[in-house]
Amino acid sequence: MNGLWVSIVAMKMAALSEPVPWVAWFLWLFVGFAGLFPLLVAYIVWGERKVAARFQDRIGPNRVGPFGLLQSIADLVKLLFKEDFTPARADFLIHALAPVLMLISAMLSLAVIPFGFGSVSMRNDPVTGVLRPTLTGFSAVDLPSGVPYLIAVSSIASLGLFLAGWSSRNKYALLGSMRSVAQMVSYEIPQVLATVPIVLWSGTLSLTGILDRQVETGWYVLTPPGFMAFVIFMISSFAEVNRAPFDLPEAESELIAGFHLEYSSMRFGLFFLAEYMSMFAVCCICTTLFLGGGAIPFLAFPRGLLGGYVVVDLFLNLITILVFSLKVGLLIFLFFWVRATLPRMRVDRLMAFAWKLLIPLCLVNLLIAAIWFEIVIRPVAGRPDGPGFLQWWIGFGVTALLEVLAFFGAVWLYRQDSEHSLKTWRSSTGSKPSIIAWRSVPTKV
Amino acid sequence: MILSRYLFIGMLLLFAIGFAVAPLVLIRIIAPRRPTPHKGQTVECGLETQGETWIRFRLQYYIFALLFVVFDVETVFLYPWAASYVSLGWYAFVEMMVFLAMLTVGLVYAWAIGALKWQ
Repeated sequence: MNGLWVSIVAMKMAALSEPVPWVAWFLWLFVGFAGLFPLLVAYIVWGERKVAARFQDRIGPNRVGPFGLLQSIADLVKLLFKEDFTPARADFLIHALAPVLMLISAMLSLAVIPFGFGSVSMRNDPVTGVLRPTLTGFSAVDLPSGVPYLIAVSSIASLGLFLAGWSSRNKYALLGSMRSVAQMVSYEIPQVLATVPIVLWSGTLSLTGILDRQVETGWYVLTPPGFMAFVIFMISSFAEVNRAPFDLPEAESELIAGFHLEYSSMRFGLFFLAEYMSMFAVCCICTTLFLGGGAIPFLAFPRGLLGGYVVVDLFLNLITILVFSLKVGLLIFLFFWVRATLPRMRVDRLMAFAWKLLIPLCLVNLLIAAIWFEIVIRPVAGRPDGPGFLQWWIGFGVTALLEVLAFFGAVWLYRQDSEHSLKTWRSSTGSKPSIIAWRSVPTKV
Repeated sequence: MILSRYLFIGMLLLFAIGFAVAPLVLIRIIAPRRPTPHKGQTVECGLETQGETWIRFRLQYYIFALLFVVFDVETVFLYPWAASYVSLGWYAFVEMMVFLAMLTVGLVYAWAIGALKWQ
């Protein structure tokens, strides 16, 4: 009993011994989470309106400020002065709680993302166990279990969505939220399974550790299993943040606005903020996991420069943050682009796509990722120059071939289901099908 | 050492709640409120809503939710396996493949009996 107490006290002492960076934390909270991120989101909204306008041959917002730059601020002021209003029959408390939950989910997921590289510290290499200089990410906190944490907090969003639809006591809203739960529950699995190869190659669950491994062995998106995981992760992310072509919970043409139909004024504004913030967060996560975070393309990371002079550190930090923002910006543009291009999916196809195509593909991809690890990463673990040229290309050839086979195999399996077979498709539409039948509208009626 | 980092997550959680509730409190103060019986009605494009919304009805996603739980628990097992894959060797690899195969059988079964069909 005494020993137990001693160990508990020792654990508490150890927990307290790490100096708590209060100043940095308060800066993150009040400059980052209260100022910079909402501002960024406001300009992502502005960017989306401008880009969408371009796609549709319009000009977009151009009245408030130069190029309409202050449009989002004006919208915010308008939302604040709109009538605060809850439907008479709605559940008041839950109706107010739902947008709060959505925003919490979006904000919490931004906490662990390394936006750049901070400094170098001596740590044990996860693959070889050797002590070596390791890059530290510029994130609010570096949790050792970053990836499961992200999954946990991003699932809160589906709860908020469902409560919003249910508490409104409106049939359209309830239908929208039911669809949304089905959709988010289904697409969370391929999204999560797509991150398992990354964890497998990195040997750590910390996002900073993953980033450091990528600087060492090259970006994960450039390997065939990594590319497949990236594509699956992006597709599921579109569904997770309810963006087109998976925006069924808020399908305007069928459900008016779905789950947020009964929301107005700033209550709606919170949903809006949460949606765009989670889109930003998901792009940040994707950049960190697959695109090498703030690592500069086509250059070996100047590890030796870090940790010397403060000015050099700050300069490198600034560059890595800029590179990171550029990559995130490109991904966000992809979201806009897809929204302007693809029509909305039909609900049964949406579910089938996740369960019958993406999940089998994810499971096979995990196997291929293990093969890549055995061929390319394990033999050269601990060598400073990374994987050899020949080894890398052998691994590339083998896994690329397997990936192509896996892709066509999964599509073939999908087509074996009579519901999705080409014969059914031809007889119902009279048109030539694409590999994955996106367009659900029959051409001949 | 690690625990103090979760302190920040706790702080951020409180902060996020405050950040989200603040506008709701603000609009209680500055936004106008003139409720009328017509305004309080459920939106249905101008029609009176028929019947009650909170009734018992068939949840289409029930089977999907069950499968989701199975696969989500599976990933909880997959993460530690993946994170320590380097040091585990072939035995753990084969073990995990058996585990995945069992789950795949479950998925195939659900597919075969038509549980994955959205109606």
